[in-house]
Amino acid sequence: MELYIILIIMIIGSLVAIKTRNILSSILSIGLVGLLLCVAFLYLGAPDIAITQLVVEVVVLIVMLRATINKNIIIIDKTLCFPAIAMVVFIIGFILIFFHRAISDLPEFGRPLMPVSGEYLLSGLEKTGAANIVASIILDFRAYDTLGEATVIFVAIAGAVVLLRKKGKI
Amino acid sequence: MLAYILCFLLILIGFYAILVKKNTIKIILGILIIDYGVNLFLILVGYRKKGIAPVVFKDMDIAEFAAKAVDPMPQAMVLTSIVIGLSVTLLLVAVSIRLYEKYGTFDVDEMKRLKG
Amino acid sequence: MNTRDEKGMTEIVKKISKISSLLMFIFGIYVIVYGHITPGGGFAGGVIMACSLFVLVIANGKGYLAGVFKKGLFSKLDALGASLFAGIAFLGFLGGSFFLNILPKGKPWDVFSAGMIPLCNMSIGLKIFASLFAGFIAITAAKIVKNEKKDGMIYSNEESC
Repeated sequence: MELYIILIIMIIGSLVAIKTRNILSSILSIGLVGLLLCVAFLYLGAPDIAITQLVVEVVVLIVMLRATINKNIIIIDKTLCFPAIAMVVFIIGFILIFFHRAISDLPEFGRPLMPVSGEYLLSGLEKTGAANIVASIILDFRAYDTLGEATVIFVAIAGAVVLLRKKGKI
Repeated sequence: MLAYILCFLLILIGFYAILVKKNTIKIILGILIIDYGVNLFLILVGYRKKGIAPVVFKDMDIAEFAAKAVDPMPQAMVLTSIVIGLSVTLLLVAVSIRLYEKYGTFDVDEMKRLKG
Repeated sequence: MNTRDEKGMTEIVKKISKISSLLMFIFGIYVIVYGHITPGGGFAGGVIMACSLFVLVIANGKGYLAGVFKKGLFSKLDALGASLFAGIAFLGFLGGSFFLNILPKGKPWDVFSAGMIPLCNMSIGLKIFASLFAGFIAITAAKIVKNEKKDGMIYSNEESC
C-alpha cells in the first residue's frame, strides 16, 4: 500500500523536474526522485541496492550542481512546436497498447517464478561460505558479469577524463 | 499489476523528456529518469509478498529461508546497473561542459545555427 | 562565485570537514571488508571512500589537494585495481578453470571466510575509488591557463589525473 503512494509521488516529482524553467529546481526534484527510489527499494526487500542507490544519488547531485550552477545560463526553455508534440504523444499511446499485452504474460505481482535462484538460495551458504547471497552471486556464481562491468566503468571514466584535458586550439 | 503500470509511466516520462526538450541539461535528466525506472522494474519482478531479504542470519533453517526470501538474481543485475548509470552520467556531463565552452550556450537550436 | 570556489567556505566548515572526511574513509573501508556478511560490498564502499575526498575539495577550495599527490597517481591506482581483479580471475586456473574459488572456505560468519570474495571486493573498491575521484576533479576543478602564444588558449589540468 505504501509502495503505491511512493510511486505516485515519484511520478509527480519527475514531471516537476522536466517542466520547470529554473535549473536549480529541476536538479533538486531529481534528487527527490532518487531518494524516494531508495526508500522503495527498502520496502521491496533489497538493502544492498538501497545503500548503493543512496550514495550514487548523492554523487550525481554534487556533480550536476558543480557543473551547471556557476555558468551564466539564460533560461529559455523552448520545446518543439505543437504538431510535433502531438505526434510524440500518439507514439507513446501506441507503445502503451503493446505494453498491456506484454505484461499479461508476466507472473502475478508477489509470486515470482524463480527458475534459477532456488538453487542459489538452497546451496549458496555451503558452496561458497558467504552469508550474503547477493555478494556470492555477483562474485562467485556470476563473476563474468562483474568483469564486464568493471571494463565498462573503466572505459567511461577514461573517456570523461580525456575529453576534458585538451591542449591547443579549441 | 498497478505497480508495473506506474513504473512504466515513469519510463515514458523520461522518454518524453529526451524527445521534446531542447536544453542539454534537461536531456541528461531524462536519461537519468529512464535509469531509475528500469532499475525499479527489475526489482519489482523479483518481489515476494511478505518476503525477507536474501541474507542468512545465525541459526536459521535453510529450507525455510529458501521458501521465504525474495529473488536475489535481479538484485545482482541492478547492483552493477546503478554504478554503470553513474559513470555514463559523468561522461554525458563532461560532453555537455565541452559543448558549453565551445558554443557559449546550453541550447541545442543555437548550436545548430552557429556551426562553429 | 569564482573566489568562493578558490578560497573555500568559512572556518568552521573547514575544521569540521577534516574530521568528518577521516570518519567517512574508515566507514567506507568497513563496508568493503564486511561485504560478504552484511549488505554492502565493493561498489557502495568504493563510492563512500570517494565521497570522503569530495568533502575536502569542496570545503577547502580547488587548490587544497593540488600538490599533495604525485602526477598521474590516480590513473595508476585505477589500473592497479582492474589488473588485480583480472589477476585473481586467472589464479583460478591453478584449480582447474577460470574464476574458480580456490582459497579455503572457513567458518560461515568470520571475516576471513568465503575464499576469494573479500579479495575481489577490495580490488573493486580500490578501482571505483580512484575512477570517481579522477572524474570529479576533471569536471569541477580544472583550471584554464591563458598563454600568449599564437595558437590561442592552452588548457591544463591542475590536479593529478
